[in-house]
Amino acid sequence: MNIIAIFKGLATTFGYMFRRKATIDYPFVKRAHASRFHGLHELRRYEDGMERCIGCELCQIACPANAITVIGAENTPEDRHSPGERYAFRYEIDELRCIFCGMCEEACPTDAITLTPRFEMANYTRNSLIYDKSKLLVPAEYGVGEAPHERPGGLPADLGEVARIKSTMEPERGYLATWRGIDILTSEGKTYMPTPAGGELVREPEKLKGGE
Amino acid sequence: MIEALPLWLLVAIKSLVLLIIVITLFAYTMLAERKVLAYMQLRVGPNKVGPWGLLQPAADALKMIFKEDLTPSSADPLIYRLAPFIAVFTALLAYAVIPFSQGEHGPWSIANVNAGILFVFAITSMGVYGISLAGWASGSKYPLLGSVRATAQMISYELAMTMSVIGVILQASTTSLSGIVEAQSRMWFIVPQFLGFLIYIITAVAETNRVPFDLVEAESELVAGFHTEYSGLRFGLFFIAEYINMITVSCLATLLFLGGWSGPGSSGHPLLGLLYFVIKVFAFLFFYIWLRGTLPRLRYDRLMAFGWKVLLPLATLNLLVTAIVVALWY
Repeated sequence: MNIIAIFKGLATTFGYMFRRKATIDYPFVKRAHASRFHGLHELRRYEDGMERCIGCELCQIACPANAITVIGAENTPEDRHSPGERYAFRYEIDELRCIFCGMCEEACPTDAITLTPRFEMANYTRNSLIYDKSKLLVPAEYGVGEAPHERPGGLPADLGEVARIKSTMEPERGYLATWRGIDILTSEGKTYMPTPAGGELVREPEKLKGGE
Repeated sequence: MIEALPLWLLVAIKSLVLLIIVITLFAYTMLAERKVLAYMQLRVGPNKVGPWGLLQPAADALKMIFKEDLTPSSADPLIYRLAPFIAVFTALLAYAVIPFSQGEHGPWSIANVNAGILFVFAITSMGVYGISLAGWASGSKYPLLGSVRATAQMISYELAMTMSVIGVILQASTTSLSGIVEAQSRMWFIVPQFLGFLIYIITAVAETNRVPFDLVEAESELVAGFHTEYSGLRFGLFFIAEYINMITVSCLATLLFLGGWSGPGSSGHPLLGLLYFVIKVFAFLFFYIWLRGTLPRLRYDRLMAFGWKVLLPLATLNLLVTAIVVALWY
């Protein structure tokens, strides 16, 4: 038995007690995502409130997990949903099947379906995780939605129905967690930013936009 | 006022107070273990229940109480149910004689027995019955293996442990625990009995079945060792017994080698003495946790070889040298 090795080991563990801990106090402090994080989907609108989705079903075809179901229908002058000829009569995504690869986003010719940075969607039933248009489409009062490239490092201007469902939690905790950005809200109200070097940068949280 | 009470009532009150203190101490030793281990592994440990997780033991106790108490159909029902109580009972009984400080009318203990150290060793060696009966009565192979190991390990290490302590008894020329502490008024026995101290510390870890000598539980080999089949409160009792044994051996180490409650300015100040005692015990408890956070488990044959071929000869040598020195110079 190597006694010196034992003492070295004891010294190591003792030293580790005083190091900075790797734990992130999750529901209270949230880890930053990569800036192109793929989370929950959102169906966007045009500035005039029209749906961007034209019901072309390209996302459904592109989806490797067969998670998307689109049933298109003709627009009529009395019942116009999108600027084109057709619109998505039904648009459903099974979030349990979805692998969040973002190929629907790439396939979409009108930038209608986008992946938001929101990721906390746990629920109790499978049915509740099949998101239909009522959950996916940005409600008109929340704006039009933003494509990923339009929101570098910030909170999306709209919060969408998906986010509105999530807003039942405390907004200044919930929304920040799903930023595309790099900041995390701590329980002290500061933001904590892990840097690649392992250091930390603490600054005041930015004013939230949108939402309740 | 205290003298006016009948003796049995006095002892009952003392026992109750001590029981509450020891159980609380057990709960917070467990929490401290989880916290310290977590800190050594760059985690934060339990921190959700109460400030810094201070109410975690209460939550754990509630969980234990409300869990289902299963008895396997192949188990021997009576002994299976009895074993945890044997473990806890023997673990707690040692506190009947352990003194914690020196008051005006004698040491602070439930009973000031003149053969205290013998009593403690007699009682703690009964603790192995709880473990071996639990493993045997579970009627399943892993608990049986665990308890066979426990029996072999505890018997082999108890020899070396007792040998190492006899050195102290020789030097103090008393078996009373408070007498041993008084005998250390000039010099703590850790200095003249350093080898004995080392042997005691190592064997105490083995006696309490703690890492790196936790062959009895050995999660990676034996599922959970002797208490694999136990659940709910009965499992909790084994848990309590293990930690109380840990506190007992820490108390003994403090009394035998670190001068018990003695420290700067402690004579005539029982509370200060108690504080010194508690600090020393906590240092030992921390050492146990520290060991657990550092060392991997020994292989079984090495454990036995270490006990019989290293510790026992060393303890015997220590005893012989002590005996010769005491005979010639004291």
